[in-house]
Amino acid sequence: MATQQTRSLARFMMAPSVILLFVWMIVPLLFTLWFSFQQYNPLNPMRDGFVGFSNYALFYSNPAFLYSILNTLIIVVSVLVITVVGGILLAMLLDQPIWGQGIVRILVISPFFVMPPVAALVWKNMIMHPQYGVFADIARFVGAQPIDWFGQHPLTAIILIVAWQWLPFATLILLTSLQSLDGEQKEAAEMDGAGFLSRFWYLTLPHMSRAITVVILIQTIFLLSIYAEILVTTNGGPGYASTNLPFLVYQKALLEFKIGQASAGGVIAVILANIVAFFAMRAVGKNLDK
Amino acid sequence: MARAVTTQHKTIATAAAWIVALLIFFPILYTIITSFKSEQEAIQGFNLIPSGTFESYSEVQQQSGYFKFFFNSVLLSVGSTILALIVAIPAAWSMAFSPTKRTKDILMWMLSTKMMPAVAVLFPIYLIFRDSGLLDSRIGLTVMLMLINLPIVVWMLYTYFREIPGEILEAARMDGASLWNEIIYVLTPMAVPGIASTMLLNIILAWNEAFWTIRLTTTNAAPLTAFISSFSSPQGLFWAKLSAASTLAIAPILIMGWFSQKQLVRGLTFGAVK
Repeated sequence: MATQQTRSLARFMMAPSVILLFVWMIVPLLFTLWFSFQQYNPLNPMRDGFVGFSNYALFYSNPAFLYSILNTLIIVVSVLVITVVGGILLAMLLDQPIWGQGIVRILVISPFFVMPPVAALVWKNMIMHPQYGVFADIARFVGAQPIDWFGQHPLTAIILIVAWQWLPFATLILLTSLQSLDGEQKEAAEMDGAGFLSRFWYLTLPHMSRAITVVILIQTIFLLSIYAEILVTTNGGPGYASTNLPFLVYQKALLEFKIGQASAGGVIAVILANIVAFFAMRAVGKNLDK
Repeated sequence: MARAVTTQHKTIATAAAWIVALLIFFPILYTIITSFKSEQEAIQGFNLIPSGTFESYSEVQQQSGYFKFFFNSVLLSVGSTILALIVAIPAAWSMAFSPTKRTKDILMWMLSTKMMPAVAVLFPIYLIFRDSGLLDSRIGLTVMLMLINLPIVVWMLYTYFREIPGEILEAARMDGASLWNEIIYVLTPMAVPGIASTMLLNIILAWNEAFWTIRLTTTNAAPLTAFISSFSSPQGLFWAKLSAASTLAIAPILIMGWFSQKQLVRGLTFGAVK
């Protein structure tokens, strides 16, 4: 159908995007790979050179590595569970006929538009502060001891903040999917005497399955690289209690100037992301055909 | 829907939805309220009625030059979005209207670049920026944000363009329209809504990007994300000021976001959920 001329035109039009993205992806990545096999310290250039896999060995044997992998996974899984379960419930609630639906939707979606540092700082200072935060006020009101969130439960605190940021996203997407569910199907099921639970299990949930998959995949991409929320709240501490993989790499590279180790960590992060991306691509690719 | 909705059912659902919505919105609401308090009021325990002072707002501007950061945020988000559109529109257009066997693979590959964790390339990028004098420069960061969001822009435009019926183009061609006429008179009017929503979503994403904007800037090119992060140091309790700065930082994007809910779903799910 397409002539030779339009085909070469198409190629020409695509070239800038493809070249830019290719360079942007491949050049820094090659640098990282190269650095991961080097001893390199910008503060002490005397000791540079090829060191084989010792950066990887050092990075693995660092106790912080295990913590960071574990924390990364805990953050991703916890936030996913909270936002997907919460999102389904919330979407079903907002799908009911209610007064002021437009405003309710706006209120619910709002946290998603709050930039990460603001979200983290507001929660840290005004909500979770052990002395002046709203949680502390509530605790004192009911006669309980206020919780020192960032000192005692740093990871839980970060999970709560991140879940607050992503719950709106999950809700909005699941609600959009729910609203495309055929009303007649629901009615038919009701007439056949299907109870609320069986309607949910056999009709609503399968209908939402694609949206749920998409929510899980997209959130995972972003949740694997949580950074600003940790930076402005706990700074990874106490100890390594709230250090995730991105944060550990950042610490190694820009605070300790252990570039080799940081790069080795970066390569691990890429591998981790690729495993996730593999599944993400397949799911999104399937949807593309429809 | 023929299903009878009882008033009782609606009342209960409404009450539940409003309670949950207000709980979710509460941190934002409380920030806005606190921004109109004085510093003493802000730490005097739970209080929903501020004295209504604008003191914090003027202090935020006077002490830390808020508007410089605001201006950088506008410049970076709008600039990178326009740049991305310039690069992405031809690509998305050609993929939507003259797809080849490889189009799908190219789209997939573009998306995969989005999944590369930023930290993995933090140091090389930092080095490249430092050695080419781009550190803390608006141009460097604009290009950076453009590259980060380019895959999403191409994808969003592609899903919009794909919905423009190809028959219309053929009809225009039959009538003897040249390629340029085709683009200007037939395609553009149909593509504008899609481009506008893409632009809106991308400005939001660029505005809130909080890794590169924090790490690659110090003062000159620092946008609001970097400005707010500087409040994390625990020196003193300037919560009214923090609240005022936060309110100013999120207000424009919050309002834009409210208008782009539908596009958000579509854009962030790459057209998989509409």
